[in-house]
Amino acid sequence: MATTTPTRGAHGSRPSRRAPKPMTARRQAWRSRLWRFDDKASPYAYIAPFFLVFGAFGLYPLVYTGWIALHRVEMTGLDQMEWVGWENFANILQDSEFWTAVSNTFVIGVISTVPQLMIALGLAHLLNYKLRASTFWRTVILTPYATSVASAALVFALVFRADGGLLNWVLGFFGAGETNWANGHWSSNIAIAVIVIWRWTGYNTLIYLAAMQAVPSDLYEAASLDGASRWQQFRNVTIPSLRPTILFTIVISTIGSMQLFGEPLLLEGGQIGAQGGTEHQYETLSIYLYNYGWNLGHLGPAAAVAWAMLVLLLLIAGINWLIGRFVRKTAA
Amino acid sequence: MTTTHTVTAPDRGQVSKAAVRQDLPRRNRFKQGAGRQHHAGPFAYIALAVVGLGSLFPLYWTLVAASRTQDEVLDTTPPLLPGGNLFNNLDAAWEQASLGKAIVNTVIVSSSITLATLFFCTLAGYAFAKMRFKGRGALMTTVIATLTIPPQLSVVPLFMMMSDIGWGGQLESVIFPTLVSAFGVFFMRQYLLEALPYELIEAGRVDGANNLRIVWSIVLPVARPAMMVLGMLTFVQAWNDFFWPYLALNQQNPTLQVALGQLSASYVPDQSIVMAGALISTLPLLVVFVIFGKQIVGGIMSGAVKG
Repeated sequence: MATTTPTRGAHGSRPSRRAPKPMTARRQAWRSRLWRFDDKASPYAYIAPFFLVFGAFGLYPLVYTGWIALHRVEMTGLDQMEWVGWENFANILQDSEFWTAVSNTFVIGVISTVPQLMIALGLAHLLNYKLRASTFWRTVILTPYATSVASAALVFALVFRADGGLLNWVLGFFGAGETNWANGHWSSNIAIAVIVIWRWTGYNTLIYLAAMQAVPSDLYEAASLDGASRWQQFRNVTIPSLRPTILFTIVISTIGSMQLFGEPLLLEGGQIGAQGGTEHQYETLSIYLYNYGWNLGHLGPAAAVAWAMLVLLLLIAGINWLIGRFVRKTAA
Repeated sequence: MTTTHTVTAPDRGQVSKAAVRQDLPRRNRFKQGAGRQHHAGPFAYIALAVVGLGSLFPLYWTLVAASRTQDEVLDTTPPLLPGGNLFNNLDAAWEQASLGKAIVNTVIVSSSITLATLFFCTLAGYAFAKMRFKGRGALMTTVIATLTIPPQLSVVPLFMMMSDIGWGGQLESVIFPTLVSAFGVFFMRQYLLEALPYELIEAGRVDGANNLRIVWSIVLPVARPAMMVLGMLTFVQAWNDFFWPYLALNQQNPTLQVALGQLSASYVPDQSIVMAGALISTLPLLVVFVIFGKQIVGGIMSGAVKG
């Protein structure tokens, strides 16, 4: 039944208007004017709340951030702004800690997104089989989604503890020595990536599963008639059909990984967390922004970091777009 | 399960995007989707069981740690079974982090955000799905584009604005920016596009109903299932939100997540008490999840395919 209905897209034609009831001429004119106004204004009235809220608390602050970034503003006196020009930008760009944060954000983003989406794809494939208690499995896999960043980060902080941590204890059975997870650059980034993977794999799995179930089974039938194995069907039918969905999850996960905050903040907690580790080994851009603005109290540089994030985001969007175009071209 | 495929084969080349989008709200497609002709072998069950254990174990261990003493939690051999210290820890967490106030705040924040989101998103979703007006396409694109803007980009001025208008540290500063969500608008639009036939709206018009009346007596009843799902998704998200509340609220007036963050940031946090706090902040949602899990699963599957 998957694809039977004929399309009526968003821009399809709409059936014609109702026939007005017989009325006196004047009342009819008045009523039809009222109707027309109702018709013209209502859609705008219905969508207005979104644009008002977004304008006031999203777009306006976004632009205003750029203005603040050119000023000295301290947490202690929010109403005093002093023009400093590009100084804030110069300061953060010369700060090696900023570049550490950029590279950490990038590294954690890659090592959390790639395995996460691959696991999700595999899991979705399993869930797409005829399965006993399929709802149960889907719910179990999604459960971490119902957990907050804070709870997840705090539990995993105990799992990744150096001595007496759950993970080191388990690894001890395999003869591995104790790793001080939070202390190393790679180990701490991996620890944070694990928290991200734990929370979001189930979510992505369900997105893939939904897309897989929309693939017409004719394709599979045709493929098996041609003698394709299950693995070949997965590679040559499922994956190509899922391409737009995969691209979508990549975009969403990338944006999500730009925002990592709670996981690094709470991995060790306290003042160490607010700096992203004793040597900033797991400091992300959000932590860097927080540290400047809310920990040290300098809002100007914090705003400059926000704009740097915007530039990075546009850069990533551009790369995404290029890859998308490349993929489409090679597919065609 | 031989599915009822009376369909003529669609154009192979372009299955994905359009096809995926068109049959979104058809509920039974989750039950008999294509490509499910094979039964799962034992390997599938083993793999799912392993992943399932991995999903649930951290939650279980939260309970274990919350019911032990700090010394036991930090022991070189971590405990794997719950102990008897749960209520002491809950008490301590309750006091140290003023969790009572935090719970009340979280309930206020989450429910007002959820109600407002449902109301505004249904209206906007209906307008985008079924009404024709100038600039609809461009405006809808704008809505979707806003999904990609992280909150980090605007928190600095937002913080200053909130303190300017006297909402600094107040719940309003957390509630108002999230009164309506782009995801919600998109979600409701996708649903109403299919679920609400034009004939129904026409019938209302013939009966002389104005637009508001049509919304009230035709759109809302049709939209109810999707509103349920959107409501739960929004509630979960509002309950768990961390970044902006952590910056905007202070120690005296926290939400649960903020209180939890502060509890762990205190000078010498007792880990078992922190875990008790984590348990308190997670438990209500887990209960919601156990009850409504099926609907939330279905909601994510129907709403998140954006192609």
